[in-house]
Amino acid sequence: MFAEAPLPAPAPARRVDRTARVALLVLGVLYAVAFLAPVIAPYSPSQQIDIVAMKNRPPSLAHPFGTDRFSRDVLTRVLYGARLSLSIGTLAVLVAAIVGTAYGLVAASFGGVVDTVLMRLLDAMLAIPRVLLLIAILALWNPLPLWMFVVLLGLTGWFDVSRLVRAEALTVREREFVLAAQSLGAGRARIMIRHLLPNVLAPVIVTTTLGIGNVIVLEAALSFIGIGVREPAASWGTMFHEGTEVFAGTWWAALFPGVAIVVTVLCFNIVGDALRAALDPRQLPRAPRALVGTRTAAGTATVQ
Amino acid sequence: MSSAPSTGPLLSVEHLRTYFYTEAGVARAVDDVSFEIGPGETVGLVGESGCGKSVTALSILRLIASPGRIEPGSRMLFEGRDLLELGERDMRRVRGNRIAMIFQEPMTALNPVFTIGDQIAEVSRIHERATRQAAWKRAVEMLELVGIPAPAERAKEYPHQLSGGMRQRVVIAMALVMKPALVIADEPTTALDVTIQAQILDLLKDLQTRFGTSILLITHDMGVVAETVSRVIVMYGGEIVEQARVDRIFAKPHHPYTEGLLGAMPRVGESRERLQTIPGTVPPPTAWPSGCRFHDRCQYAWDRTAREHPPLYEVESGHLSRCHLAQEPQHRLQPHEPLVAQQGAGS
Repeated sequence: MFAEAPLPAPAPARRVDRTARVALLVLGVLYAVAFLAPVIAPYSPSQQIDIVAMKNRPPSLAHPFGTDRFSRDVLTRVLYGARLSLSIGTLAVLVAAIVGTAYGLVAASFGGVVDTVLMRLLDAMLAIPRVLLLIAILALWNPLPLWMFVVLLGLTGWFDVSRLVRAEALTVREREFVLAAQSLGAGRARIMIRHLLPNVLAPVIVTTTLGIGNVIVLEAALSFIGIGVREPAASWGTMFHEGTEVFAGTWWAALFPGVAIVVTVLCFNIVGDALRAALDPRQLPRAPRALVGTRTAAGTATVQ
Repeated sequence: MSSAPSTGPLLSVEHLRTYFYTEAGVARAVDDVSFEIGPGETVGLVGESGCGKSVTALSILRLIASPGRIEPGSRMLFEGRDLLELGERDMRRVRGNRIAMIFQEPMTALNPVFTIGDQIAEVSRIHERATRQAAWKRAVEMLELVGIPAPAERAKEYPHQLSGGMRQRVVIAMALVMKPALVIADEPTTALDVTIQAQILDLLKDLQTRFGTSILLITHDMGVVAETVSRVIVMYGGEIVEQARVDRIFAKPHHPYTEGLLGAMPRVGESRERLQTIPGTVPPPTAWPSGCRFHDRCQYAWDRTAREHPPLYEVESGHLSRCHLAQEPQHRLQPHEPLVAQQGAGS
């Protein structure tokens, strides 16, 4: 095709990809740390080393992140915090993705009255502020077992996913291969699972990735106001909360979990944006790269 | 498999009416259409876009989505049963199994996320509950049957890796897995370039002789009709306007609309400056013209045609035409500017 046409795209595109790759690497390390926390952490997370002599110690060689006011090793607790915060974030978003995808798919594939009812129901649920609802529930049932906390975060976070899935499924449903599958005798369930689901997964993956970061922040916020994860369990939010109580004197107790939250969320956002750019050409801000995409598509289409 | 050669048609559509209840009014997309397809026969369904041919096809498979509806009083007898009386489960057993459909756009008729082998295999998994391996083996056989080289390797490829012609072969393979008694081919060659068109038509003919399948070929291309079918049904305005054997249609078309379609077709050995066109466009199905639905575009129209809706006249044995010329042939001698052209000039 137009080989001489100027294509200045690759350079900036590469740089974004590299950032995303670094972010992905950082996330990989974080998950590894979370998984291996018991192996690599120098202490046990609730071990009080010496409540009199070792409390509120600044970072040192023995305690790189210092110790908190109960003389626990902050580094150890940040490592274990990765475990809790990442699994809460990941699992809650997984719950949200599954519920939201199922809801959106059912609405789109049944259509008509079912769709209308489900969507109005969704509007009603969206009218309830998520944080307020969470605070109310967490204040009433106190303390909630951890798994229920995770499910709760998931069950209040699937609305966006379901809207996205419904919108996407509605357009996929009109594509000819769905009609073709029906003409070959496929039933509704088969159409939904085999033909709609795989074709709507891309946006779900993007929102899910971005969602993990959001849930980690939400968990930190709830823990910060004292109704999320409870002591002595170490999530980054609880640690930050605790650290700020004596922030002036012992900055390290709040700083390191805070940094962990920021780095993690940042990485999830970068990876999520990169995925969006890669999976969804319509939302791509950089036009030149979409051009490259169409060129290859046209190229394969004209072969033979 | 179909039983011993039964007498009578394979599919008999009687008074099929498919209406769409839109906000702009009731669109009578298919309005009292009756025709038959015999075992092993190839019938061409011809007409412009919007004449109701695709809706007819989807009606046979009962794939009309809301706000469309097949009206009560319609009947579609197929292998001794009225398709309109089947429950959804039984109807699903007919689709892809006894009646299959080939679509116009091979680019979009395949699911982009599965390999072609997987998609062909799905058909026997639906209808025969075949095991994964058996279904896959069958898929490879089907690919070979439709003339795809190295079928075992090709089966593992995704639709985007194939050319348009290859993809249409895959779509045909999917339709033929269960060796259906009837294949409805909706513009199967329109999206393909001319050399590939001929190959696909040859393939269809070849498979038909091999399996004895009946084919309902939907097209707007009279050239495709001439090459492929034995009988032609011409549709206009949601109705059948002419029906005859293919040689009859080409030698002695009766309905002015059919004449127009043939005039719009290039022929080898004929040098004409430009092809004829039929003036005007197909009217919207929410407001068919009164009388003969073609009268405003017809160069022979006279007062009766605007007033009185013509029935299907039998102009000769087996040759039907919905035109008053059957009773008053003298009007054919006075062609004039059709109504739409006059109105167009006036406005």
